[in-house]
Amino acid sequence: MNMALLIDFGSTYTKLRAVDLDAAAVVGSGQGPSTVTSDVTVGLDKALTELASHMGGLPRFRHRLASSSAAGGLRMITVGLVPDLTAKAARLAALGAGAKLAGTFSFELTEGDVDDIVDALPDIVLLCGGTDGGNRKVIVHNAQRLAESALACPVVVAGNRSAADTIAGDLQKAGKKIIVTENVMPRHLELNIEPAREAIRQLFVEHIVHAKGIDRARARFDAVLMPTPAAVLQGAHCLADGVAGEPGLGPLVVVDIGGSTTDVHSVCDGHPSHTGVVYHGLPEPHAKRTVEGDLGMRHTARSVVAQIGRDAFSGEAGMSVEAVEALLRRSDDDVGWLPQRDDERQFDQALARRATRLSVTRHAGTHETIYTATGPVTLQRGKDLSEVATIIGTGGVLVHGDDPARTLSAAMAGDHAPLSLMPRSACLMLDADYVLYACGLLGAVEPAAALAFGREALKSLDGERTEKDADHDATAAQ
Amino acid sequence: MTEASKGTLVTGVIGSDTHIVGNRILSRALEQAGFRVVALGALTPASEFVDAAIETNADAILVSSLYGQGELDCRGFRDLCTEAGLGDILLYVGGYLVVGEQPWESVERRFLDMGFDRVFPPGIRPDDVVGPLADDIAERRGGESLSGDQPADGPS
Repeated sequence: MNMALLIDFGSTYTKLRAVDLDAAAVVGSGQGPSTVTSDVTVGLDKALTELASHMGGLPRFRHRLASSSAAGGLRMITVGLVPDLTAKAARLAALGAGAKLAGTFSFELTEGDVDDIVDALPDIVLLCGGTDGGNRKVIVHNAQRLAESALACPVVVAGNRSAADTIAGDLQKAGKKIIVTENVMPRHLELNIEPAREAIRQLFVEHIVHAKGIDRARARFDAVLMPTPAAVLQGAHCLADGVAGEPGLGPLVVVDIGGSTTDVHSVCDGHPSHTGVVYHGLPEPHAKRTVEGDLGMRHTARSVVAQIGRDAFSGEAGMSVEAVEALLRRSDDDVGWLPQRDDERQFDQALARRATRLSVTRHAGTHETIYTATGPVTLQRGKDLSEVATIIGTGGVLVHGDDPARTLSAAMAGDHAPLSLMPRSACLMLDADYVLYACGLLGAVEPAAALAFGREALKSLDGERTEKDADHDATAAQ
Repeated sequence: MTEASKGTLVTGVIGSDTHIVGNRILSRALEQAGFRVVALGALTPASEFVDAAIETNADAILVSSLYGQGELDCRGFRDLCTEAGLGDILLYVGGYLVVGEQPWESVERRFLDMGFDRVFPPGIRPDDVVGPLADDIAERRGGESLSGDQPADGPS
């Protein structure tokens, strides 16, 4: 048999998926606690034992690949010049590399900023600013500030190349580890984040995996390839665009609702879908990831509710304001609670719908109409997702929740944001077996098999949606 | 970019103005004359001129306006540059800047008072801009560089 083992060292659990490459199917899974802080091998061995018991022993794996978001994930700080230009490009690069942003800065760093950066204990700082041949004063200043600081982590330099030698000299003299790569915005409004993403991935694989103690289990796998969020983005990329000779699902969006954040990934060009629309601002990447740090099911439940107001939320969840407050308090005290009763489930569904709607609204681009002397003109900022064909949901509340189709349909365009370029009509799918990360990892070595098993493993929700809609319509008509 | 240029310019048509043709001809001519041109095109808000000038360390911003609303759109432009740390960056403006028949001297005066360094009437040729621009940039570069920056070098 031709088998692959895909490992995810998550923040709480270490998860395994065994994939039969010939049959393009998940043939086994296992789970153990993530024990990175003590000895990572303990949790991994538990997961492997569980996998072996399901499969009647462990086969010989052709590939054993891992991703990790354990021990705080990949914590990054980004520094750029203008907020909407190189500072934005830096954020897009770090998020696309699977990072958790511990801080984002623009313009010249102050002493206070540098203190905050050092205190945030980042794994990597991404230093950008200026087009090639453009502003060098600010990035040189910022590099000097970082050089003088107690910052211990490596720095990826991806700014004005005319300043690269000066910056590299200053940082190296101060004993900082650096990688110099291409500018994230070499010319005005030209986005070039792949080299920075690759430099971040390289540092992650060569240094951070070791620093976090994950390589203690090295004998049990071949390589840690990337942070888990980057693996999910790669999985989405593979499923959307397909491989040579085998088309994918086409433009798609992934919504990943977690306990403290909601991630949204989109894989599509997102260019204006009608003629006569003018694009404005920095272009956005084909494979784009955003993280909403204030939208989640437990740690940040209070902030989700606050965004629509407690009364409106109570109405939507069909609960009293007091009952909502009680569950919010419970979420503050115990981020691990799981819904048992009906009202708890309603609370979770309402939270998940709101997190979905807000996160996709922020991820999607917008239209704005400008009235000119020659008639109205439409400006587009950000990606147009209106033609997206597939929305994939992942995360516990969708997988174990009552009505994932209803929750996920909150990602669609509606009256709540008429100028938002959210998906208009898309097939809804569920990553019920948590395979997107595995698809992304496998895609690095066997893309055709990754596409085939990923497609097989996703569960379509469209049937359910249609029945439930019909029920709902029937009820409404009575 | 293969050699040091005569200077980096940001060009565009300000406000809700879609008249791009003249600006495109001007941008092309300036490029051929040896400048690095960052062309923002039509419908450009004032803030985007400024952002582009910061990142590219531009020597000058050339604002076009051809629909008669230029006076409204350009109000506060110099202040915006000052706030953004662009200080004494060269500012040129040109086109059909106002509505109706108004004496050119009064139009020019108003835009100079707004902080523009040169104001160009409609119907001029690109060469009318290239000469003064090269002189103005050379003069500024000859003096103390207020920003403390080196002159911009293109990547080799």
